[in-house]
Amino acid sequence: MLQIDRWKRILIIGICVLGLAYAMPNLFYERVEAHNDAVATIEKTGVSTPELEAAESDWPGWLPSGLVNLGLDLRGGAHLLAEVQVSEVYKSRLDALWPDLRRALAEERATIGTNHKLESQDGLLKIEIGNPDQMARAIEIVRGFSDPVTSLTGAGQSSLDISGDGKVMTVQLSEAEKAVTDDRTIQQSLEIIRRRVDEVGTREPTIMRQGSDRILIQVPGIGSAEELKSLIGTTAKLTFNPVAGIGSDPDAQVDPGQVVLPDSKKEGVYYTIEEAPVVTGEELTDALPSTDQNGLPAVDFRFNPTGARKFGAYTAANIHQPFAIVLDDEVISAPEIQQAITTGSGMISGSMTFDEANELAILLRAGALPAELTFLEERTVGPELGQDSIDAGKIASMVGFIAVIVLMVLSYGMFGVFASIALAINMGLIFGVLSMIGATLTLPGIAGIVLTIGMAVDANVLVFERIREELKTARGPARAIELGYEKAMSAIVDANITTLIIAAILFVLGSGPVKGFAVTLTIGIVTSVFTALWVTRLMTVTWFERARPRQIEV
Amino acid sequence: MAFRLKLVPDNTKIDFFRWQFLTFGISSVLAVLSVVCLLVFGLNFGIDFKGGTTIRTESTQEVDVGTYRQALQPLGLGDVAISQVFDPTFRADQHVAQVRISAQEGTESVTAETINSVEAALQEVDPSITFPSVESVGPKVSGELIKTAVYAILASLAAISIYIWLRFEWQFSVGAIVSLVHDVLITMGVFALFQIKFDLATVAALLTIVGYSINDTVVVFDRLRENLMKYKKRALREVMNLSVNETLSRTVMTSGTTLVALIALLVLGGDVIRGFVFAITFGIVIGTYSSIYVAKNVVLWLGVKRDWSKKDPKDAASSFPGAEAP
Repeated sequence: MLQIDRWKRILIIGICVLGLAYAMPNLFYERVEAHNDAVATIEKTGVSTPELEAAESDWPGWLPSGLVNLGLDLRGGAHLLAEVQVSEVYKSRLDALWPDLRRALAEERATIGTNHKLESQDGLLKIEIGNPDQMARAIEIVRGFSDPVTSLTGAGQSSLDISGDGKVMTVQLSEAEKAVTDDRTIQQSLEIIRRRVDEVGTREPTIMRQGSDRILIQVPGIGSAEELKSLIGTTAKLTFNPVAGIGSDPDAQVDPGQVVLPDSKKEGVYYTIEEAPVVTGEELTDALPSTDQNGLPAVDFRFNPTGARKFGAYTAANIHQPFAIVLDDEVISAPEIQQAITTGSGMISGSMTFDEANELAILLRAGALPAELTFLEERTVGPELGQDSIDAGKIASMVGFIAVIVLMVLSYGMFGVFASIALAINMGLIFGVLSMIGATLTLPGIAGIVLTIGMAVDANVLVFERIREELKTARGPARAIELGYEKAMSAIVDANITTLIIAAILFVLGSGPVKGFAVTLTIGIVTSVFTALWVTRLMTVTWFERARPRQIEV
Repeated sequence: MAFRLKLVPDNTKIDFFRWQFLTFGISSVLAVLSVVCLLVFGLNFGIDFKGGTTIRTESTQEVDVGTYRQALQPLGLGDVAISQVFDPTFRADQHVAQVRISAQEGTESVTAETINSVEAALQEVDPSITFPSVESVGPKVSGELIKTAVYAILASLAAISIYIWLRFEWQFSVGAIVSLVHDVLITMGVFALFQIKFDLATVAALLTIVGYSINDTVVVFDRLRENLMKYKKRALREVMNLSVNETLSRTVMTSGTTLVALIALLVLGGDVIRGFVFAITFGIVIGTYSSIYVAKNVVLWLGVKRDWSKKDPKDAASSFPGAEAP
């Protein structure tokens, strides 16, 4: 007969209470958010101020404090999709290899003759040797620099592909090595972008890999995509190079191994510098904005021990020679070495503003990006537009909700009231689940919720209509209600599984907003089946037990 | 007797096949017209699929599209579309416009200079202008997004047809797919006809329509299967009519509540998602229609096995085509 076991009742009520408890913090969004931020800050820095403590105690710690994350389209912020130019790393790998190769080949000049590097496209190293019949020997020497690749798929392969043709030997990274390198490049880029974004201290940035060579960056609360780009888009490759000459001709003739680079500020000034750096930014341990002896903005930096040693040795040997501080292929400054710098610390000064000094320090601290980023997609949403969308969404959901309740109550009377209460609980559960799993609510996500408001009653409608039908034939109202739930089940299951299939595909297809829609739709389907089947049933049964009506009307 | 709102009277006995050639004809014509619209007008692709930049402008001054266009003329950006946006939720001094610039030739990524120059030019003619949202998509990504969207729609159709096939019979599966394609095609036709912006969110809306329409169709199918087991001797056509009549009240009620909620969102939800909500709302109307008039007609024409008490699918031989039904 019409009854529900006690443990089932407790379970149903328990789930509702739990869901609503998790949803509740969203009603006090700002207070809870301030509380969460305060807790996070205290935990991170270990320092607590009266304001932080006030914010922390504003929300009791024993209550759930999870909130629905607001997507960029609701909170405002910037979204970037960047592609990492992974192949750039191939060139720098080969460039770094060249000095050692040249030395090794030069040592065997007696057999293989002279060697020199030819112009070639990026990612290839072409070396001409004087004695073509000794090519095999030359290749052997170069092979000595090749390491076995340590990836699963590339096992057994070596890192360099070397081939000889006449007088010319071609060296490049093997496919397996490229794959390994790509992966490392992306990982490094991710790490560095994360550090740079964290330096700015914004809330809940999303930084994740997408596909083989892309990175998705979403930072709420930042003013524009432009700002975000200037923060993360700079490679910040810092090197200290010997200077061979200063001139005004960008196309000056230079020896092999030298390049002409422009001055970052003074137009028409070009430096000829040695391409192989003395020290690189990777050997920095710290960088801080400061001022120079004239009170102008500057950046203090400190090398790690190896960097300090190299820098000390170089400066000691080259007193009164200029050296260049090069950032992203521009010479920031080219001071003359006054004395050996053995302390391992120094200062970059040059015409920069305090903001620029600050940004440079951040970039140097976070490290250089291994490769350049190009931006394939960028979106900025202002916070006001997001707030407008939230407000409009709130009003629309409210109106939709009330309209559905009116329709349901008018159509099904008492049962309509049950369904409406279940619908309200359903809304609560959706927000509860969203908060619990830390999902992100987007504008289409709000549409998903509104759609759920309309569709959630479907299961109830199916049941109620079925009860109406069964009332015509079944013996007594209790039997009709029972049959109604029982027989409507198959349709409800089929109908909701097909919608779940769609939601799953949407989730896979979607980026950002569309994914948010898929998430709320999925949660909405699950919670609405639960509320429509169990919660209304519990209400119906409880009411039926109390009232014991001889006749019911649906 | 308490008052009950009945959208559908009790015990309807509508013959849904009476006008089947007319309704199916209308559906076919609409579908064909949609294809024609798609071919002739094409879809008004948003930047998700075409690449380019959209800038939303907001100003306290009245928007003058002509002035904006003149301001942007000297920049030589090629195809620039400017449209004013109206919405009942706007404040009195809130004037919004949308500027769309197609992807600049020869660039794979987004150029910041373009955006900056456009913003500067607009600020020149209207100093109070602000840019609440700026979105750019490079052509490389937009090409991939088109592919993903097409795959997603095909995958959803395939997944659903397999599910229906497993739960019901292959004829039901064909019927469901025909009605889904019908819904998607006509919705896209409307988007082509009125040149409503078609972007990734619209594709999400199309998938939602697929989800809703199949939901409706499945409820009818489910009742049909039940009745087929109950009335083994009655003609398929009769059983179908009975099933649709029995579920009609539910179909109308659920469409009603869903539409009511969606219309609230359509009117009050702001202009940012209006296209998205419009697609879903339209699709739900057409989806309700198609589950009554399209899906089961196809099943009727294909015929279906009648003896559901045996689980052996080889029994399909005992099915008789609907054409033989009186």
